[in-house]
Amino acid sequence: MNPETVIDAVSAVFMVTGALMSLAAAVGLLRFPDLMSRMHAATKPQVLGLFLLLAALGLQMRTWWVWPVLVVAWLFQLLTVPVSAHMVGRAGYRTKHLHPELLSSDELEAVVQQAAGQQAAKHGVDDDEAGR
Amino acid sequence: MMQTVLTVTAVVLSLAAAGAIVRIGRGPSLLDRVLAADVLLAIFGAALCIDMAVNRHLNNLMLLVAISLIGFVGSVTVARFVAERRESVRES
Repeated sequence: MNPETVIDAVSAVFMVTGALMSLAAAVGLLRFPDLMSRMHAATKPQVLGLFLLLAALGLQMRTWWVWPVLVVAWLFQLLTVPVSAHMVGRAGYRTKHLHPELLSSDELEAVVQQAAGQQAAKHGVDDDEAGR
Repeated sequence: MMQTVLTVTAVVLSLAAAGAIVRIGRGPSLLDRVLAADVLLAIFGAALCIDMAVNRHLNNLMLLVAISLIGFVGSVTVARFVAERRESVRES
């Protein structure tokens, strides 16, 4: 068994696993009940799937100089994905796109209640959940 | 072996893209659609990666970085828009 075959086999396994991450995300998107749990599923191809596929690409190229480029591409994704997930999750919480009974802990609840109380005290009358 | 891998990953990624598109069409809220569009973009990136790995070229690498940038800007913008609309409804 020569090294070429081993490298090919490893990168083949990486590619199939990375593609299966995308499939897992799609299944999670279709089957999970609310936005927060769908966000959990959606992260799989964005981080681990991309890592596996870039590793397979690096193995297939058989050169060393591509590895820093691939690491930069992956780090870039790693920096941007949490920010956008944070924004989407915050907007989802604010617009009440969640099932509170499915959460095991909700640390934002107390802060939101406090802010709503301050708002109500300032405006006198508390308008209802119009943006729902 | 690479041909088999290409076939398997093409089938898997097609199924995944179909699932994401179904969620884009059906998604009850705008944020679900944004999330599914992000996943669809990640699936496109995966397809570009597999094409590069199987055919051993690096032509799509910058496109991959650009795709992740577009996904970032898009979902942040839409999330801000949703939050802003909520605020403005509350103000009125």
